[in-house]
Amino acid sequence: MAVCVAVIAKENYPLYIRSTPTENELKFHYMVHTSLDVVDEKISAMGKALVDQRELYLGLLYPTEDYKVYGYVTNSKVKFVMVVDSSNTALRDNEIRSMFRKLHNSYTDVMCNPFYNPGDRIQSRAFDNMVTSMMIQVC
Amino acid sequence: MEGLTLSDAEQKYYSDLFSYCDIESTKKVVVNGRVLELFRAAQLPNDVVLQIMELCGATRLGYFGRSQFYIALKLVAVAQSGFPLRVESINTVKDLPLPRFVASKNEQESRHAASYSSDSENQGSYSGVIPPPPGRGQVKKGSVTHDTVQPRTSADAQEPASPVVSPQQSPPTSPHTWRKHSRHPSGGNSERPLAGSGPFWSPFGEAQSGSAGGDAVWSGHSPPPPQENWVSFADTPPTSTLLTMHPASVQDQTTVRTVASATTAIEIRRQSSSYDDPWKITDEQRQYYVNQFKTIQPDLNGFIPGSAAKEFFTKSKLPILELSHIWELSDFDKDGALTLDEFCAAFHLVVARKNGYDLPEKLPESLMPKLIDLEDSADVGDQPGEVGYSGSPAEAPPSKSPSMPSLNQTWPELNQSSEQWETFSERSSSSQTLTQFDSNIAPADPDTAIVHPVPIRMTPSKIHMQEMELKRTGSDHTNPTSPLLVKPSDLSEENKINSSVKFASGNTVADGYSSSDSFTSDPEQIGSNVTRQRSHSGTSPDTAAPPPPPPRPQPSHSRSSSLDMNRTFAVTTGQQQTGVVAHPPAVPPRPQPSQAPGPTVHRPVDADGLMTHTSTSPQQIPEQPNFADFSQFEVFAASNVNEEQDDEAEKHPEVLPVEKASDPASSLRVAKTDSKTEEKTAATAPANVSKGTTPLAPPPKPVRRRLKSEDELRPEVDEHTQKTGVLAAVLASQPSIPRSVGKDKKAIQASIRRNKETNTVLARLNSELQQQLKDVLEERISLEVQLEQLRPFSHL
Repeated sequence: MAVCVAVIAKENYPLYIRSTPTENELKFHYMVHTSLDVVDEKISAMGKALVDQRELYLGLLYPTEDYKVYGYVTNSKVKFVMVVDSSNTALRDNEIRSMFRKLHNSYTDVMCNPFYNPGDRIQSRAFDNMVTSMMIQVC
Repeated sequence: MEGLTLSDAEQKYYSDLFSYCDIESTKKVVVNGRVLELFRAAQLPNDVVLQIMELCGATRLGYFGRSQFYIALKLVAVAQSGFPLRVESINTVKDLPLPRFVASKNEQESRHAASYSSDSENQGSYSGVIPPPPGRGQVKKGSVTHDTVQPRTSADAQEPASPVVSPQQSPPTSPHTWRKHSRHPSGGNSERPLAGSGPFWSPFGEAQSGSAGGDAVWSGHSPPPPQENWVSFADTPPTSTLLTMHPASVQDQTTVRTVASATTAIEIRRQSSSYDDPWKITDEQRQYYVNQFKTIQPDLNGFIPGSAAKEFFTKSKLPILELSHIWELSDFDKDGALTLDEFCAAFHLVVARKNGYDLPEKLPESLMPKLIDLEDSADVGDQPGEVGYSGSPAEAPPSKSPSMPSLNQTWPELNQSSEQWETFSERSSSSQTLTQFDSNIAPADPDTAIVHPVPIRMTPSKIHMQEMELKRTGSDHTNPTSPLLVKPSDLSEENKINSSVKFASGNTVADGYSSSDSFTSDPEQIGSNVTRQRSHSGTSPDTAAPPPPPPRPQPSHSRSSSLDMNRTFAVTTGQQQTGVVAHPPAVPPRPQPSQAPGPTVHRPVDADGLMTHTSTSPQQIPEQPNFADFSQFEVFAASNVNEEQDDEAEKHPEVLPVEKASDPASSLRVAKTDSKTEEKTAATAPANVSKGTTPLAPPPKPVRRRLKSEDELRPEVDEHTQKTGVLAAVLASQPSIPRSVGKDKKAIQASIRRNKETNTVLARLNSELQQQLKDVLEERISLEVQLEQLRPFSHL
């Protein structure tokens, strides 16, 4: 259901970004990039005291006429950004949450791999498969 | 190319060599480098080599296919035999000895070659002789190498025995091995030349190195039996490459036994891909993996942390990406650490990859942790342990894999937990029944009202009240002296009295109480009455009652009445507290709807009478207006009992008016009689009585309660009213007591003690009653809610 999935590192560079090939990927890349501002804004709005209680799921970052962008931040400031098609009205918030959860779990598995250096691009096949399963519904 | 006819021996030999050269495990093309080395090892002049290559067509094709390779080998043999290199000579030269490839020991090679050539059958026998390292018996050579491999696995560098290159050659391979050994160190880098020596070498090499690395590799191969090789030209036991690898690996292993050697082992493994099931781990392989695991983690049940595993596998020189993928596949539980099974799976994948197998997308079943456990449980002694243990350091391999063993382990836990849950529910249900105990408690226990801690409130109180009354009456008869007389002697019997009070039949109690005229009497009086009554009612079961150490606050005497009685008695009359004690629970105002009205009517009157005597403020003894009559008692236990006797307090207000009754005694008696009729409360009375609580009757309370209480409350109210009635009666009787008893300080003190105990009992009763009240109120609320819910529907 996701049209584009991106994993952004703490320093705001992408660790993984993948879109459905049908669209102009550059557009998605740009959208993800601009969403980072919104993510930062949401994080800072929480306040420092609430860091522990801060919910990981940020929710809808901003909607466009065609797409909706959802955000999710981990405690290590790794951001997941997901772009979904607005026409997909059946997508509920819970589903988005579950998708982020799966992303987070897969990301954790990638991190557990000793051969993965944090900061590298994510090239895990398992991660790819998981993202594909999330995106495949759209295609 | 011309057709090439090879003898069996040649076939075998050539296939082995081909496997050796087939580094990439392509089974089709041999690496040129290898071939060249091989040719170099043949000790042929370069031009001859070139000629051979040209002849076999490799130069034309650019690669060494199997046919080309075989032809080349044949040509080498031809050349070595001194025959001119001709294409035709391939087939024309008969009895051509096998090409010899010299690595170091030409003699041995030649010998081997000779043996090979001469003994095609021996070869077969070799394979037979050579304990087939699991299945890998490729060619005789393979088997031979296996032998050598085995020594390696044993980590014994020098096991010449195994190399057994050929049984025929009893000439000790050992010398060869030794020489090999010597050579190895020196030829640490000369893998290639050694390898070039061909299969012969491998056995030796392995024997020499004895390092386990190669063993597993070779053993890992499960190629078809050597005979198959002979049969099919096309079939190339892929494992043959292993053999060629041996030397190399051997050398490495000899030099480096540590983890570093694993790299060579890995290379060896490269060729050890399983034949039948590419992902199946053979025993030798497994053994090797286990050994390697030990080098990193001595504890086979332990884990290899990710970092260590990373270092280890990095030595295999696979690209990080592939290693990362292998890790993803093998780390089954995603914990960042490798157990033995995971490690073996990873190792096996590395080996396979090195051999050219593509990594699967999913972990093959044979590599699944659980399967490995089950399969190899017999192989490695440690494995059974692995299979067996449920929770190794942090996770047991069985648990790691979604295997049955782990499931089996978890199920019991789940079952247990479910059982626990069940027990919880049971407990909760049982707790609900607690409240019912009160009503169920049989009075039967004279000795100590204590026996029924919670329950016996109401009834005992009644009984106590009755007893108190009886005693009072008794005391009245004997008045001034009797109490005194009785008391000293009965100090110890006070408890008995209490118990007797409990059990005293209603009649006796009534009599006793009736005898006491002054309800306003101090608890002391009552106590004396009680004592007297005790003497009177020796027959009553109470006598059997032991002199319960007053201290037993008759837990059952939660009935406020009983407590109140004690308290009031204690307060009002320090003297006759004993008697008071007898009365205790006069009244756990257990609402008894049917009986409540009657008795309550009386009781309130009695209570009032009592109250007046005690003149206790309603606040102090809220529940037991009767208590108010016993101001003396108040002083004592009011503070203690008040709080606990809220329930009774409610009733007592009703009793307060009773205080005014002029004839509290009579009212008490009446109340007592009424209470008597109410067996249930009577049952609880004894318990209360034993406490020695003054039979403080919360007269008003019961009435009020009945009025306001729901049906559910009624029984309680009734009980309470009864209690109060009893208590009131007792209280009424008590006031009269103190006068006569005032003299005996000891008695007073004893009575005080008892009263205190009674107070506590009554306090408990009170609390319990309150609890019941709450419960009943809750029920009421729930019912009301249901009713409201139903109402709207009724209209529909």
